[in-house]
Amino acid sequence: MLAYVVHRLLLMIPTLLGVAVLVFLLLRVMPGDVVELKLKADGADVSAETLKAERQRLGLDKPMASQLADWLTGLATLDFGTSMWTEDRVSHEVAIRLQLSIEVAILAALVAVAIGIPFGILAALYRNTWIDQAIRIVAFAGLATPSFWLGMLVILGLLALFEWSPPVTFTPFFQDPVANLMQLIWPALAVGYRYSAMVTRMTRSTLLEVLQEDYIRTARAKGVSERMVVLRHAMRNAMLPVITVVGLEFAFLIGGLVVTEQVFNLNGIGKLFVDATLHADYTMVQALVMLVAGFFILVNFCVDMLYAVLDPRVRYR
Amino acid sequence: MKARILVIGAATAALLATPALAADQPKRGGILNFAVEAEPPNYDCHAATSFAFIHPVRPHYSTLLKFDAPNYPKIKGDLAESWSVSADNLTYTFKLRTGVKFHDGSAFSSEDVKVSYERIINPPPGVVSARKASYDDIASIDTPDAQTVVFHLKAPNAAMPAQFASPWDCIYSAAKLKMDPKFPEKNVLGTGPFKFKDYVKGGYWEGVRFDGYFEKGKPYLDGYKAIFIKGAAAINAIQGGQIAAEFRGQSPSDRDQLVKALGPKIKVEESPWICNLVVAFNAEKKPFDDPRVRRALSLAIDRWGGSAPLSKIAIVGPVGGLLRPGYSLAASQAELEKMPGFSHDIKASREEAKKLLKEAGVSNLKFKLTNRNVPNPYTPVGVYLIDQWRQIGVQVEHEQLETSPYIAALSSGNYQAGLDFNCDYMDEPNLQLIKYISADKSSINYGHYNDRVLDDLYEKQKRSTDPVQRAKLLREFETRALTEAYTVPTIWWHRIIAHSAALKGWSITPSHYLGQDLTDVWLDQ
Amino acid sequence: MAAAPRAPKRRHPILHFARTQPLGALGAVVVLVMAVSALGADLIAPYDPEAIDFASMLGAPSLDHLLGTDAFGRDVLSRVIYGARTALAIGFISSFLGSTLGALIGIAAAYFRGGFDLAVQGVTDILLSFPIIILALVVVAVLGKGMAFGVDWYLIAAIGVPIVPNVARVVRSAALAIRDMPYIDAARAAGFSSARIIFRHMAPNVVAPYLIMITAFIAQAILLEASLSFLGLGVVEPTPSWGLMLSGHAADFYHEAPWMIVFPGLAISLAVFSFNLLGDSLRDWLDPRLKV
Repeated sequence: MLAYVVHRLLLMIPTLLGVAVLVFLLLRVMPGDVVELKLKADGADVSAETLKAERQRLGLDKPMASQLADWLTGLATLDFGTSMWTEDRVSHEVAIRLQLSIEVAILAALVAVAIGIPFGILAALYRNTWIDQAIRIVAFAGLATPSFWLGMLVILGLLALFEWSPPVTFTPFFQDPVANLMQLIWPALAVGYRYSAMVTRMTRSTLLEVLQEDYIRTARAKGVSERMVVLRHAMRNAMLPVITVVGLEFAFLIGGLVVTEQVFNLNGIGKLFVDATLHADYTMVQALVMLVAGFFILVNFCVDMLYAVLDPRVRYR
Repeated sequence: MKARILVIGAATAALLATPALAADQPKRGGILNFAVEAEPPNYDCHAATSFAFIHPVRPHYSTLLKFDAPNYPKIKGDLAESWSVSADNLTYTFKLRTGVKFHDGSAFSSEDVKVSYERIINPPPGVVSARKASYDDIASIDTPDAQTVVFHLKAPNAAMPAQFASPWDCIYSAAKLKMDPKFPEKNVLGTGPFKFKDYVKGGYWEGVRFDGYFEKGKPYLDGYKAIFIKGAAAINAIQGGQIAAEFRGQSPSDRDQLVKALGPKIKVEESPWICNLVVAFNAEKKPFDDPRVRRALSLAIDRWGGSAPLSKIAIVGPVGGLLRPGYSLAASQAELEKMPGFSHDIKASREEAKKLLKEAGVSNLKFKLTNRNVPNPYTPVGVYLIDQWRQIGVQVEHEQLETSPYIAALSSGNYQAGLDFNCDYMDEPNLQLIKYISADKSSINYGHYNDRVLDDLYEKQKRSTDPVQRAKLLREFETRALTEAYTVPTIWWHRIIAHSAALKGWSITPSHYLGQDLTDVWLDQ
Repeated sequence: MAAAPRAPKRRHPILHFARTQPLGALGAVVVLVMAVSALGADLIAPYDPEAIDFASMLGAPSLDHLLGTDAFGRDVLSRVIYGARTALAIGFISSFLGSTLGALIGIAAAYFRGGFDLAVQGVTDILLSFPIIILALVVVAVLGKGMAFGVDWYLIAAIGVPIVPNVARVVRSAALAIRDMPYIDAARAAGFSSARIIFRHMAPNVVAPYLIMITAFIAQAILLEASLSFLGLGVVEPTPSWGLMLSGHAADFYHEAPWMIVFPGLAISLAVFSFNLLGDSLRDWLDPRLKV
């Protein structure tokens, strides 16, 4: 068991290294220059010498290999560098926005679980009846609907029906829960709908599988009530894949946030990422991609560990 | 008896007059919340070039002179109480106010003006001065006493003294600059009506009233909050009453939406804008090295006809040449109609265009238009131009890029034709014409061409002290520029600001860089 | 005399599918209708999708313009129909190219094992560490636009790239299951070439997951194209694309003219919905136990 854990941990390192190098190279190939953008985007007549001096100051004229070396050594010490656009530390820029994105993600996960699991159970219990079909269709619709479009419809709806729009500045939850939720519940719903669809489907299909197992038939034969059968015996074993999906999808949420934060104008990691890409802010984009990839890898690792602990068959091949 | 009637008469008159005065009496207090669509990368006025800087940061600083917003283009003193120009236009003397303090309590004097301007003219290493080139004519600055500063010019410059009202020429503390020339990049210390309070990245920028401000009784606001939100979210916030305004400009449909939803609670102010869209042809790539091809493409555009429909969906409208229509030195409509591309007879223009293309041997021209990926007004104007060129048989592919690769493409010459823009803070040919002079003199000449005739005319008009003579030189410049058609204007922008009716004391100007010091703004609530 | 035993009736696969998977059949029909309208767009669409008509701008749905007009007076119905062309073309091509490449890599990794397999696994892990939209965003930002034959190949590459490692991983495990079977060893011992073993013996085992994934990834590709166009990094004006019709410029007008965003959004949802239904039902039909 320990060998497995250590082996998996060690495997993470080359993966992370690969991600770091890949991102570095990709960005350097990207056309666009943060200095030119900063100074000339509004049409000012700035001399070529001024641009050159700025580039030198930001270290953009150093040879590629030396920039790569700086980046990798920085990573090893968890020093993500300084944003080329604002010249503030990357860790500071990210920290301010992380709170909001994580909160939306958690809210979306809560929405997903609160809707997905009960619906999934219902669909499995009433398999192939109209209830099942209806739930499956709603779930499919959730997978199909682009979350940003849903977000736009939500905003339109709120304005049209209530002449009200969500607050535009972020208030931390512990400072004022009502103001906080009034802003964040809407993007959480828009993103959470899709998330809940995944959970519904996974709950339904694993529950269906489990309900066909022998020990369920035994329980029924022993006269245990159907309700107990489902809730006690079946759900316990069906939970594992469902938790896996909840965990993996949580990592995937970042993708959904990138676009949703644009629609709702939220000051989160997603918007920071898009802005950094548009500004050709290499250090910021690199750092964000590393963070997200690192998070992904970590979540995968945790899920695998969970599986290994709970299901000995998986331990090592 | 007579005296008493007079007194009663006077008292009645005073009573009758007071309500009217009371209605216009600014109220003190309140926080002004407004939206800004982008964030400033740093806090240094001298390096900044975007409205994203001006809107949140300008209220912290003062300049020597400033534009009198309700009476644009009049200028008035800000830190300067009065000023005089020598007869030969080479010496500008400014008498500064007394008792002005910086936000940290230190005293202001002429030394601060001198050091700040020297930073603009001759930036120390590591400091960016984005508008350095415009200040080349200043030979030296003297400070005979703490209340006087004198600028000596090398040659007369038609842009002075208005250039001293530039919103970018913030006056910094000489003491702080001597300590660290890069101090303003990360620190806000000015003499303006508002002190810096807080900046939450991605969130908002807050300023609070400076009680020691030199204009007694002002500012009226307790403070302001510039909230960083974009596009539709900003309009929704205005509609929802959470913010009072967005000071760059709203689209016609935004205005209509707000008027429909809020009625009398919304005030709409409109003005021509010192911004226009131009088509830049890359003179280094065939066939755009041939002036016939360039002129043909310019002739094909129905500027007069496109103005009305485009103004309904985009922030554009007025038709003009190289200078803003309505500016005293711009071409009159009669003069404009004589220039290539501005005839009202679009059919004849298009026939000529086809003829020119045939002569140049490129009747079936195909090219790519490189445009910025911004919905207003770049996208609709780009789509419109492509449609216009379709009508003379030219097929154009629309390439829309994000700002970063767009600028990279234009400055490196990696494009064929591009939709470019030209925006300034004041009507001033010295500024507007930088776009059109030779590439080795101007970093924003994306056509990558050199034309000594234009350079020569530019210098002459810059030194001209007689407006009539200057206008003549400008018409010559314009005619040549439009005939050679290296870079041609398409349409000028139109500024619409729909703000809360409670917001008073703010007047629209033709530039979104002006009038944003918020000194006279008050909230009627 | 006893009657001769009759040969069992051969099941026609399509009819069988339609009978046992009604939802899937529905999905298939919708997809077919979209494909036909995309191909026949020139005949079906009432207007030229790029024809500007300022006189009718921002018009509500009417008899003249069934789904209304946008800010340039262009007919929304025609743009939605032509948008199907963009969505299906980009969706299908990227999914097909991505899935096929992924499948080939997966089988090869399973067959050759050793260093090649380890390398494939390593690269797959790296690529799978990126959320799909971030990977696509970065690829698009780097490559820009590359038009040829009216199609933006760099966009297709950006959308296809995240598909490759996903398919490679699944196909690899499916192929691995076969590879360990004795008859593969026997075939190698008999001197059959690698290519023959791969294509004739291993490939058939991965056909089922391959087909399912192509369908599923078309749905993802359509969504990804819509998201990228929404952010301004995908298809650009004046080409009709559903995602583009929802973006920036349209967003300015959606209060005045909500039909500008309602219909393209519905189109995206319907397309993705149908492909997902089809893919899911295909999986149920072929082998419900498949973990894809």
